[in-house]
Amino acid sequence: MDHNLYRQRRVVNSFNMVMSMLAVGFGLFWLVWILWTLFSYGLGGINLSVFTQSTPPPGSTGGLANAIYGSLLMTFFGTLIGTPIGILAGVYLAEFGERGWLAPATRFINDILLSAPSIVIGLFVYEIYVISVGHFSGWAGALALAIIVVPVVVRTTENMLRLVPNTLREAAAALGAPQWKVVMMVTLRASKAGVLTGILLAVARISGETAPLLFTALNNQFWSSNMNQPMANLPVVIFQFAMSPYEDWHALAWAGALLITVSVLGLNVLARWLGKQNNSQ
Amino acid sequence: MTTDTTKLQVKDLNFYYGGFHALKNINLSIASKKVTAFIGPSGCGKSTLLRIFNRMYELYPGLRAEGQILMDGKNILDKDVDINLLRAKVGMVFQKPTPFPMSIYDNVTFGVKLYEKLSKSEMDDRVEWALRKAALWEEVKDKLKQSGHSLSGGQQQRLCIARAVASKPEVLLLDEPTSALDPISTAQIEELVNELKENYTIAIVTHNMQQAARVSDFTAYMYLGDLIEFGDTDTIFTAPKQKATEDYITGKFG
Ligand SMILES: Nc1ncnc2c1ncn2[C@@H]1O[C@H](COP(=O)(O)OP(=O)(O)O)[C@@H](O)[C@H]1O
Ligand SMILES: [Mg+2]
Repeated sequence: MDHNLYRQRRVVNSFNMVMSMLAVGFGLFWLVWILWTLFSYGLGGINLSVFTQSTPPPGSTGGLANAIYGSLLMTFFGTLIGTPIGILAGVYLAEFGERGWLAPATRFINDILLSAPSIVIGLFVYEIYVISVGHFSGWAGALALAIIVVPVVVRTTENMLRLVPNTLREAAAALGAPQWKVVMMVTLRASKAGVLTGILLAVARISGETAPLLFTALNNQFWSSNMNQPMANLPVVIFQFAMSPYEDWHALAWAGALLITVSVLGLNVLARWLGKQNNSQ
Repeated sequence: MTTDTTKLQVKDLNFYYGGFHALKNINLSIASKKVTAFIGPSGCGKSTLLRIFNRMYELYPGLRAEGQILMDGKNILDKDVDINLLRAKVGMVFQKPTPFPMSIYDNVTFGVKLYEKLSKSEMDDRVEWALRKAALWEEVKDKLKQSGHSLSGGQQQRLCIARAVASKPEVLLLDEPTSALDPISTAQIEELVNELKENYTIAIVTHNMQQAARVSDFTAYMYLGDLIEFGDTDTIFTAPKQKATEDYITGKFG
């Protein structure tokens, strides 16, 4: 009787085990395939001129320098604008939002924003910014990216602060520290690595976004560091070049895709590592 | 008992967690520069009472205290009392060590910096003084810049005591400060309590009866939110007036 039950459990166990392995294999299969394709097509296109020359007209040689630079610039400003807002809002939700309706409402809206399709955010910035200034620009792109950064940072900041045990807050308050000091000097400090992880994940998220840039920064065939002008960026260049009928543009698109993937991968690995540091503290 | 000056006088104190009546009509006096121990089975309201003395409960919504606690004659439950100043005067050490994520040195100066402006050398002196008070100086004097987390549990707890002592409070609240520690660290901290009472009024919660007998001058026995018996420790432990107290301290109950 008992023995039977045990055997039955073992069968169920192995069945579930096999199913989970298959599911893992299924997921990994596509991932490996994608990475494999990326590397085999992209690696050949990577050479020095990719980093030194700007996007070429069809038929001539060139690189992605202007797109890489534009992407870096807009990602940088997007993060710079979005991060402080995100951290402040996250701190509010975790530390000050105990009473009242504002925090739950903010959290709800933030969740919507978090899952909003990025094309909607692109259109939104197009409507409120691009149309009113009359042209596409790097700032518009950075703004759209910032709007994507905010909810990610809000969410991770709040979650990380909530991991800080209340006893630590109490200990600081027990010394007579006003609440903002408790937050600045103790709780934020205790979750520093976690908050940083959130920022890195946000950067990883925006560095591959195409849709919001299509409506805001558009593209620029030439090197430009004027944030008030249309600005080249990797995702949109990849989009345009991959859609084109030209062989050498395809090669550059693959190279660009590989660059983005490798940087996003790197950012994720870094974020994971930082997350571990946070936990072991 | 009547010759002692009273530091904290609790009058008709009631406490509520929302609808739950956690402390019922508590009246007692805590003598200045003495150790008062609170004993009783867990859940009887010892921590709750302690956390009213520095109004820690106000961090959370829905908690409410009624009645009076006079500190040097002034009601600290009054609305117009500056809660941060009160907490600067009434230090607290918790059950689990709570070092801040910063260096040992910065841990000790955290509270001092809030209310005093000291020069670097004055601050150094204060840190040494506090760490000596907490019997930790010899062990950490060469690694003040290291993280507070790098210390052992017992050392962390003494660091927390040093941190509380450093800002020179008048009252020190200790909520089961040794329950997470090994016997040696426990003995060290008990010894410390004995020395600290020279300068501070101490209220200590413990569920270790021997500890209460060893360190305290007065003992309060609580049960289910009521103060059952309060008096000097010798009397409570040798000739309690209440049967319930006797049952608890002789281990027949609890
Ligand atoms: N945050 C809280 N919310 C509701 N009830 C609580 C809370 N904290 C403690 N209590 C209740 O109050 C009573 C006293 O708790 P506490 O003071 O922690 O007891 P002790 O420290 O003596 O073990 C217990 O019945 C406990 O369940
Ligand atoms: Mg307790």
